[in-house]
Amino acid sequence: MKKNLPFFIIPFILILGLKYFNSNNYNEQYIDISVQNFEAQNISNIPNNVDFNFDVNPIISDKCFACHGPDEKQRKANLRLDTKEGLYQMTEDLNKKIIDLENLDKSEIINRIFHKNESIIMPPPESNLSLSEYEKQVLKKWILQGAKWKKHWSFNKPIKPNLPKIKNSDWTENEIDFFIAKNIEKNNLEFSKTESKEILIRRLFFDIIGLPPSIKKIDEFINDNSNNAYEKIVDDLLSSKNYGERMASIWMDIARYGDSHGYQDDTERTMWPWRDWVIHAYNSNISYDKFITWQIAGDLIPNATKEQIIATGFNRNHKITQEGGVIPEEYRVEYVADRAITTSKLMMGLTMECARCHTHKYDNISHDEFYGFYSFFNNINEKGLIEYGDFSPEPKFTVSKNDLDSGLDFIKLPDSLDQVTFMVMKESKNLRKTYVLNRGLYNLEMNEVKPTAPSAVMKMNKDNANRLDLANWFFDKDNPLTSRVVVNRLWQQFFGVGIVATPDDFGSQGNRPINPELLDWLAITYKDDDNWNTKKFIKRIVMSSSYRQSSFTNDKNYNIDPENVYISRFPRQKLSAEMIRDNILKSSGLLVNKLGGPSVKPLQPAGLWDEVTGGGGGSLAKYEMSSGDNLYRRSLYTFWKRTVPPPTMMIFDASSRDNCEVKRQNTSTPLQSLALMNNPEFQKAALHLSSKIFNEKMVLSSKINLLYRTITGRTPNKKEVSKLKDYYNEENSTNEETIAFDKLCMLIYNLDESSQKS
Amino acid sequence: MEEIHKHFINNNRRNFLKKTGLCVGGLALGSIINPFESSNDDPFSVIKNQLNLPHFAPKAKRIIYLFQSGGPAQQDLFDYKPKLTKMRGIDLPESVRMGQRLTGMTSGQDKFSLVGGMANFKQYGKSRAWVSDLLPYLSKVVDELCFIKSMNTEAINHDPAVTFFQTGSQQPGRPSMGSWLSYGLGSLNKNLPSFVVLLSRGTGRPKGQPLYSRLWGNGFLSSLHQGVQFRSAKDPVLFLKNPENLSRQERRKMLDYLSELNEEQIHMFGDKEVESRISQYEMAYRMQTSVPETMDISDEPESILKMYGPNSKKPGSYAANCILARKLIEKDVRFVQLYHMGWDQHENLPTQIKGQTSDIDQPTAALIMDLKQRGLLEDTLVVWGGEFGRTSYSQGSQAALKNNTYGRDHHPRCFTIFMAGAGVKPGFSYGETDDLGYNIVKDPVHVHDLQATILHLFGINHEKMTHKYQGRRFRLTDVHGEIKHDILT
Repeated sequence: MKKNLPFFIIPFILILGLKYFNSNNYNEQYIDISVQNFEAQNISNIPNNVDFNFDVNPIISDKCFACHGPDEKQRKANLRLDTKEGLYQMTEDLNKKIIDLENLDKSEIINRIFHKNESIIMPPPESNLSLSEYEKQVLKKWILQGAKWKKHWSFNKPIKPNLPKIKNSDWTENEIDFFIAKNIEKNNLEFSKTESKEILIRRLFFDIIGLPPSIKKIDEFINDNSNNAYEKIVDDLLSSKNYGERMASIWMDIARYGDSHGYQDDTERTMWPWRDWVIHAYNSNISYDKFITWQIAGDLIPNATKEQIIATGFNRNHKITQEGGVIPEEYRVEYVADRAITTSKLMMGLTMECARCHTHKYDNISHDEFYGFYSFFNNINEKGLIEYGDFSPEPKFTVSKNDLDSGLDFIKLPDSLDQVTFMVMKESKNLRKTYVLNRGLYNLEMNEVKPTAPSAVMKMNKDNANRLDLANWFFDKDNPLTSRVVVNRLWQQFFGVGIVATPDDFGSQGNRPINPELLDWLAITYKDDDNWNTKKFIKRIVMSSSYRQSSFTNDKNYNIDPENVYISRFPRQKLSAEMIRDNILKSSGLLVNKLGGPSVKPLQPAGLWDEVTGGGGGSLAKYEMSSGDNLYRRSLYTFWKRTVPPPTMMIFDASSRDNCEVKRQNTSTPLQSLALMNNPEFQKAALHLSSKIFNEKMVLSSKINLLYRTITGRTPNKKEVSKLKDYYNEENSTNEETIAFDKLCMLIYNLDESSQKS
Repeated sequence: MEEIHKHFINNNRRNFLKKTGLCVGGLALGSIINPFESSNDDPFSVIKNQLNLPHFAPKAKRIIYLFQSGGPAQQDLFDYKPKLTKMRGIDLPESVRMGQRLTGMTSGQDKFSLVGGMANFKQYGKSRAWVSDLLPYLSKVVDELCFIKSMNTEAINHDPAVTFFQTGSQQPGRPSMGSWLSYGLGSLNKNLPSFVVLLSRGTGRPKGQPLYSRLWGNGFLSSLHQGVQFRSAKDPVLFLKNPENLSRQERRKMLDYLSELNEEQIHMFGDKEVESRISQYEMAYRMQTSVPETMDISDEPESILKMYGPNSKKPGSYAANCILARKLIEKDVRFVQLYHMGWDQHENLPTQIKGQTSDIDQPTAALIMDLKQRGLLEDTLVVWGGEFGRTSYSQGSQAALKNNTYGRDHHPRCFTIFMAGAGVKPGFSYGETDDLGYNIVKDPVHVHDLQATILHLFGINHEKMTHKYQGRRFRLTDVHGEIKHDILT
């Protein structure tokens, strides 16, 4: 890109740059964006001061950029609306100005979007796009208010905002709460109470370690009246080994982890030692910059340690084909692109894949820049088509028993194995040239490109850059995206929805942050104050009043903010697929809480793998169920065959691991109800628990109480106990006592509350 | 219950309207089963209004897609090439191949010996369609069929080619066609999923190409739109069966208690989404009877079973699946997707293809006539075809050609599929290939064109049915697709 930049433009860019640096663009005014559906908005909701970034750009991006955006080839009428110059320029026939700053109401945009004539109106009918009345009026109002343009919000460096002034400072526990309280007060919402201790501790347990608390833990917390009772539990959980497992289970979606290669016959691969490293990295709390740098470029760190090399397995988790007859280069290109796309989504929250075939239609990322970014990952000696049955195609790394003593003991090598070999990254000595690929096709090479990062985000001032330089670029103090994108994902981990609700898109088509000041405060705090110390940062979140508030809502709050955008209550959330199963195993007493090691194959319905195999697949043609302890390990360790993923995970909205995913779906389906009612594995757990409790020497209502608390963490009220007793008695009239109690236990496991985190 | 129901609907409609653009994703809006009986209160109508669907009057209401996985050889079945038969053993001229990309399985062959259809062809029906002797039953129903002999695709290997046919993209991650229809049009019934998948294994080549559950996956659409596999196993839908010691009456009792206790929690937690989860349990309960009822073919009269052929009583066979497909259509399932495996004839084609054709010939013909006699063919579309075709040159050594153990390699440039029913011309053939059956010479139909045409039959403008994901409006047909009006009535 830079080669095409005429000299005379450079000073202009510098002036623009200074201008943005000086304007703290969203502290000037309160931006109310509780609802981001611009199409369906009522015109009475048009803000008094229309903001370019928050109100206008989402509309012109969505409705105009396809033909008037960054992509030169698609650009109509030589007009681009994604730049300031473009918006203020003359029309092609030089008759009018797109936006006429001297005669705002004479601006051609206003003329065209309100025009009655179908051949003149914009967007034209054949684009299948149209502007709603709200959208038209917003554009008009913005122009009439002076048409002030701003750079895309997320490409500006975050600036640490001052704490907002609020009335109810008694409610606040730490800084986070000031930002939340501001929105609560501004919207006339009522503050929620602190959550009851027994519900709060369950929330905290699931959020930090992914497992429910035992009754003993709950009681200890309830009876601990010291001031730091809550904080003690937070600290305990953050130092629990299960913390690493919980964090790793989120990381597996991002890293598109699988135990099979993923295409066609979908044969087995070995990558679990890399997973063991992820668990270890979280538990030993290595800083986020190292966590990422090692995974992206551990092999390029001078005198790289074995651990740093193991971490690079991250970029080999993509699918690999062994389908005879494919053209290897076509697939090798696919793997390189996968790495580039995964890294951009993870680190920048950008949809760079759109620029794989042509210049991005919405964000300022050129076709050349995609391949400049791609070239970082294009330099390992790998095969596009691997040998059938190869568990760890080159480049690979072997860890033997002897290595374990020298600092690699986080790899849980089974006694039966002397060594384990798995995939890693290894930069090849001869640099491969990278060419832009026309329409993304492997064999249509165009011009050569050099490694570079998208300049719209931040310029990369380095020639012959490699992956390590890229990692350093991500952690440059001026990079506007890295910190925002990661704190947004961490926020989502606790509050269900990110401050930017599209964690995979911080570009112009993505949602705008609901609470931009909070996002930037968190970003700067994690980066500068906490030095990327993840446990410290998580502790800030869970220590806040915002996190500790009750999930109950009253009618008033519900009517003002039904979706809880302003977090005037804790957002009640369904447990993740892993948590649902782990909760059942843990509460029933079946869970084998053992850290790390190879993936396991728990009970699943017979025949699922056989039905779709073509006879190939080697070790994965048939599902060979594990035995003993391995039947009841945490779901993180469940064997992931990509073409037939574990049904209990998929039914509960796990991601398929085909591609990097930073957000899961949240659905309710009858298939979920069927699984909770009838999955033999869950039934087995229920029976295990019910027979244990039934044999306790206590009266029926106490047994019910104990059963209920074990499964849901909450003490049932009298009405609930009596209802459950009725059910038991009814069942008991036709069944033996123990069987009636079994059924009662299964009923409680099916309660909505059992699969929720309140 | 009535009031809760109402509240639930209002709540969801309100939520729906707040979602970004067309990105629905809301709870209980889906079509695994549509719980809403009255159309006025159906949140689906909200989606439909938003998408403006259907865009025009549809000709098809439902579809049975008989996917022939592996790539059936067009020269041996429908694309009659007498000249090719005469040229047996002659090397494929470069003027025909034109530097075409070959798979790694034959690109190393030093000779590309041509070989014609392995059986004789005859003309049938008023339409005088040429059909191989391998298909005696289908040849009797040619006047119902609309052949497309000029299908073509870009993919040359199975995984990307099947994925392309089902999702419009060679790489995994996009929703399958059935999910798109569920998303766009919703469900026609309230007891069964709107998108059902049935699998069967070919006897011609019992071991061959695998399938992948992502082929009926919802991609970035809500998982409410995923295809639900109905299996011939004990549990036709995963986890459908109650535990041995729990009767249906007891399940009802348990659900009554469950919903009472859950309703209590709506007040306790103020969480209104609980209502939608209560209703999912009710739907699950209905599925527990509706699915086994559908899967049970014991009450089919003997004449019908006979019509579908000797395998019709064998659970999990293609024949049995064809009967199930008809039953599902009768119950207003919108999209029934069958996969029949085993069409990948790289070797022993003359033997293998006999097994494959005997699997599908009678049941496919029976299905079409059965739909017709019930008046269902008028608004049900039937599609039969694989992911690509096979080469006119033989795969294997010269000896293999001599002793009839040769095979054919993958061929994306041209192949034949057929359709029948709703809105397509019966007794019609579209598109032509050259004398060697190697290149298209007239009216090519690309995979995206077929997808666009199928959507058109459902009243959907394929350019307008979009879903916004990661800032981009995605379509089944990506940025391609041309409706082939010539094959439509």
